[in-house]
Amino acid sequence: MRWSAILKRLALIPPTLLGVGAIVFVLLRVVPGDPIAMMIPPGASPADIARLRALYGLDQPLLAQFVTWLGQVASGDFGRSISLRQQVFELVGARLPATLELAALAVALALMMGVAVAVVGSLLRGSRLEWLLDTANGFFLAIPDFLWALILLLGFGVLLPLLPISGRLDPQLAVAFRTHFYLIESLLTLRFDVAADLLRHMLLPSLALALPFAALVARLLKAQLAEAEDQDYAQIAHTRGFSRTTILQREVFPNALIPTVALSGVQVTLLLGGTVLVERIFSYEGIGNMAIDAVINRDFPLIQGLILTFAVLFIALNLAVDLLVAVLDPRLRHG
Amino acid sequence: MSAVLEIDNLHVAIGAANVLRGVSLRVEAGEVRGLVGESGAGKSMVGRTIFGLLPAKAAIRAGQVQFEGRDLLAMPDKERRGLLGRRIALIPQDPMTSLNPVRRIGAQMVALLQLHLGLSKRAALDRAADLLAEVAVRDPARVLQLYPHELSGGMRQRVLIAMAFACDPALVIADEPTTALDVTVQRQVLQLVERMRQRHGAAILFVTHDLGVVAKICRSMTVLHAGRVLEDGPTADVLVKPHHAYTRALLAATPRADRPADALKPVPPALIESLWAEARRLDQLTATRPA
Amino acid sequence: MADLILSGPISAPASRWRSALARGGARLWIGGVLVALLLLIALFAPVIAPHDPAEQDLMSAQLPPAFMRGGEAAFPLGTDSLGRCVLSRLMYSARTAVSVALIASLLAAIIGIALGLVAGAFGGVPDQSVSRLIDVWMAFPPVLLSIVLAAVIGAGLVSVIAAIVVVDWTRFARIIRAETQAQLARDYAAAARVLGLTRAQALRLEILPNLVPLIVTLLAVEMGIAILVEVILSFVGISVTGDTASWGGMITEGRQIVYQAPWIMALPILAVIISVIGFNLLGDGLRAALDPVQRR
Repeated sequence: MRWSAILKRLALIPPTLLGVGAIVFVLLRVVPGDPIAMMIPPGASPADIARLRALYGLDQPLLAQFVTWLGQVASGDFGRSISLRQQVFELVGARLPATLELAALAVALALMMGVAVAVVGSLLRGSRLEWLLDTANGFFLAIPDFLWALILLLGFGVLLPLLPISGRLDPQLAVAFRTHFYLIESLLTLRFDVAADLLRHMLLPSLALALPFAALVARLLKAQLAEAEDQDYAQIAHTRGFSRTTILQREVFPNALIPTVALSGVQVTLLLGGTVLVERIFSYEGIGNMAIDAVINRDFPLIQGLILTFAVLFIALNLAVDLLVAVLDPRLRHG
Repeated sequence: MSAVLEIDNLHVAIGAANVLRGVSLRVEAGEVRGLVGESGAGKSMVGRTIFGLLPAKAAIRAGQVQFEGRDLLAMPDKERRGLLGRRIALIPQDPMTSLNPVRRIGAQMVALLQLHLGLSKRAALDRAADLLAEVAVRDPARVLQLYPHELSGGMRQRVLIAMAFACDPALVIADEPTTALDVTVQRQVLQLVERMRQRHGAAILFVTHDLGVVAKICRSMTVLHAGRVLEDGPTADVLVKPHHAYTRALLAATPRADRPADALKPVPPALIESLWAEARRLDQLTATRPA
Repeated sequence: MADLILSGPISAPASRWRSALARGGARLWIGGVLVALLLLIALFAPVIAPHDPAEQDLMSAQLPPAFMRGGEAAFPLGTDSLGRCVLSRLMYSARTAVSVALIASLLAAIIGIALGLVAGAFGGVPDQSVSRLIDVWMAFPPVLLSIVLAAVIGAGLVSVIAAIVVVDWTRFARIIRAETQAQLARDYAAAARVLGLTRAQALRLEILPNLVPLIVTLLAVEMGIAILVEVILSFVGISVTGDTASWGGMITEGRQIVYQAPWIMALPILAVIISVIGFNLLGDGLRAALDPVQRR
């Protein structure tokens, strides 16, 4: 992609985030549901309530609140969580790596499974088995991630108790982590026992996130492989004496990959959004799980911080996908 | 002179429809033969049969295709793949879609040279640059680094021609290589093909619907209609004194510099009708004949 | 290959229906049957359910289904923690699901189609603004958006419906916008303009009728989505309240006691899966059945 295009995209980020922030800000304050009311202990005096309200700036007019918030954000202060009483920045920073690791594992699993199924499906083209594969794929595609989470939980957590169904790490494994990227750190410090336990906890939730995405990738890639194989340049490769395997590898696959990445790349953000429920179902300590509690508790600062975090991730993901497509497709790189 | 390509009584059908009805055709070594016919006459089917690119539902009902005395149709796949691209090559029709869009020109040419000639990457690149120079590409080293979309249509066609002659083939099938190009570029391409042929000593089967092109570079020609060979012979003879009514009609419909435009006569529909009727009668005959 | 060109007779309307049904294939039939089953259960739940779904019988709490050990014939699919009949609750949940799905899908459709038509037909500023709106809207994580919205409005059917509409109207809008643009670019639309129809008239008389098959297909898909959103919202405690039975509510309750009484969570999951697959197949089948007719 040309640098000017990239810069334009980057330049659009702050206003987009501002818009997102503003909408959430207003939405939360304009409708019923008082966070202060939810956290006051019984027997609190009206003076106490008023003091709490002032502490969180909720006694100011709406516009003043927004301007104050903007000023704080500009200096990196995302406020203080009402329900958890800590700085939002720290709270999110502590949980974000868990979600990132989960999502990354899910994407990796999805790509492996999706590509494998697409290639197998291509080889089976025209046979009875292909129909079976397509139908099974459709089934996997139709069930959303949180439903898969419930099914996997039932299947491999309860009926066949093979894997844990909650948490990130066995509490009995006492490890002092320096960062919150537990999996990466344990692998880098060669603590494979810890890494194994982390993976055991991550397997079911990331599988739940991965399955629908894998089915999508499989369907897209299979269709694109078929289309690419019919293109002139692939057919002409036959006239040059190349074997079918070589043609699939060198001519068909690289070309089929481009629209596949472009179309499925959009869905990666959906996968990320799915962490909200899947983490909840598996009691996994990431930002998704935190988001649900924040909403239930009407914790405005935390909700705002989390939504902004998600928005930044979405935008970054979209940009990354577009860059990837530009890398794969030389036609997009030159004017 | 021994025949490079000999097609004998080839019957090809796609599903229930016959697309080639007993086509017989011979190309001698070093010969330039034109294969003429309108769209749907079966011209590309001949090439597809040779290259093994018939659609899935197609079946070769009868006939033989011999290349340098070897039976192409009966040959095992691996053996045939050794010939394709090396001894028999294709110049494709549409330069805009015939090159892999995501690979550089150099990479595509080198892959071909390495497959058939077993050259090292360095040697293959050198030969590729030489071939590009032969097809009058300026600055071959730079072009090798480019992607297809960075070249014009005419340039891409040159690359495809270079790739066809890369391994010194004995037979080159040119599938309407000028159809997708504009008139000014057409002449250059024809000259180029002729020059390459002389340099590499190949025979050419020039598939086209344009009698003007045939007149310019084909020494001999075959006229095809509804999958049947209607006329065959040296170009000079066929164009000056055509035997078949269809050939005469085609000539009458071809614009010529020495004739006014209003002298053009379309091919009479009645003639086409009768030709199709003949073809269908032939189908019935071959269907009832014991295999 | 002139002899390959077969010209068929112009088909009569009756055979067009039949060929459409044939094109829909197995998906149309299976999807149709499943959806019809769902609708029937929803409609006749008060008649066919063995018990009152809100009726508690604490003496018979957490009974397994009748075919398992410890089950009772009176409760074919067992009971939950409060002794309520699971089968009856499943059936009444179907009512909830269908009503939510129908209302929410229709509302989302109306809003999305209206905006999509305006954007596609009028182009220029209306198109730009609607497209910008859709882009910004879609930058929100949908699940989070619906959770926030429902949390803000409070629990209940209304919030569920509002959440679905708010999140998914963009689906209708984008597709209708694209289709409208495509249709307007086609010859017959230009002909209509030549005949003097205003743009609004052209929309109503020419384009909208052609969009109906597409809309029907989208509605089927949307209803499947609506059922899922209800489950999601239940999971975060923001769905129907009180004794109203919903699959999402049953799943949430069942999650708490999944080790002791797994069927309480498993059975509504099964119901949701079957319904979603039913709507998906129906949507797929409709698309296959109606699409080629569109293009002709």
